[in-house]
Amino acid sequence: MSGHISPKKTYYVIFGSLMVLTTITVIVAFINLGALNFPVALGIAILKATLVILFFMHVKYSSRLTKLICGTAFFFLMVLFGLTLSDYLSRGWFTAPGGTAGAGTQVTIGPPAPTEGEPAEPAEEPARAPEP
Amino acid sequence: MPDGVAAHADPHGPASATGFGAAGHHPALQHHFQTLAQQQEAATLGMWIFLVTEVMFFGGLLMAYLLYRVWYPAAWSEGSLELDIRLGAFNTVVLIASSLTMALGVRAAQTGAQKWTVRWLLITMALGFTFLVVKFFEYREKYLLHHIPGPNFEFEGPHAGQVELFLSLYFGLTGLHALHMVVGFSLLAVITWMAHRRRFSPEWYTPVELSGLYWHFVDIVWIFLFPLLYLVDRARQFG
Repeated sequence: MSGHISPKKTYYVIFGSLMVLTTITVIVAFINLGALNFPVALGIAILKATLVILFFMHVKYSSRLTKLICGTAFFFLMVLFGLTLSDYLSRGWFTAPGGTAGAGTQVTIGPPAPTEGEPAEPAEEPARAPEP
Repeated sequence: MPDGVAAHADPHGPASATGFGAAGHHPALQHHFQTLAQQQEAATLGMWIFLVTEVMFFGGLLMAYLLYRVWYPAAWSEGSLELDIRLGAFNTVVLIASSLTMALGVRAAQTGAQKWTVRWLLITMALGFTFLVVKFFEYREKYLLHHIPGPNFEFEGPHAGQVELFLSLYFGLTGLHALHMVVGFSLLAVITWMAHRRRFSPEWYTPVELSGLYWHFVDIVWIFLFPLLYLVDRARQFG
């Protein structure tokens, strides 16, 4: 059989790295980095996933075709996220002539909380009846 | 096999030449493949294509999570605090450890260490079971607190409806993940039994390898779910 056999040490080192990264991500969760918390947590998760894919799942030693298939998963995931968010996040940037500003931007669930800034725009159709 | 296809050697060629008895080839080699290596390559590729569809399966739920997180950051922060970070972190360690033992199990199968294949697989199953037990107690706590979305949902706070949405996604994502754990556990049970019956050899261990890929995939899903659900919006409460 042509499968690559990694030395046990590789697996233990990868496991150790995953544990260290898990510790870091938990510690960072208790430090307020503002807008940076999300990218840091996601970056560590992507790094951990990459280690698992390359070494535990043997992609590092796989054929280029397998690597390509593995890559398509992330490509299509980015298409899904990218296209969907570019729609939702850009709603309300521009208003068509005769349209209402911010139409369809955000659906408010339950009683709106007028805490910060300007109140949220009421949606055309509430997704759910207000909480009693 | 037709004559004249010189490149395609007869798999049932002279037994003396192959050393596999009357069959003339390894019993696991199917006739539409030329070599075991080619067969393994095809099986691995097929498994990866399946895993790509699995990524998209979870991708839809993650997309919903991402969008609502952008819309309701305050509720995401409140909901995140409702989850027990200690249990989440414990389960992360358990699952990554199970990935290690799974990788070592595959390695044992590769090297023909039959006893160790069975042992590592059993340890992997035990760790997977531990994960599910912890998950059960997390769900139970949510049930007792009426934090399960639906008619009996109760939550104190200004964003109760939005927190309900967060918890819906929490149950959707972790529930789907737990379902995959159950499937993976069942797969491993079959594989362990096959390993116990000495069905695998260094020449042919494809089921172990493919179950390993599935198990690692489920681990990767949790590697993302743990920060997204338990961690990222917690820090908003500090400083």
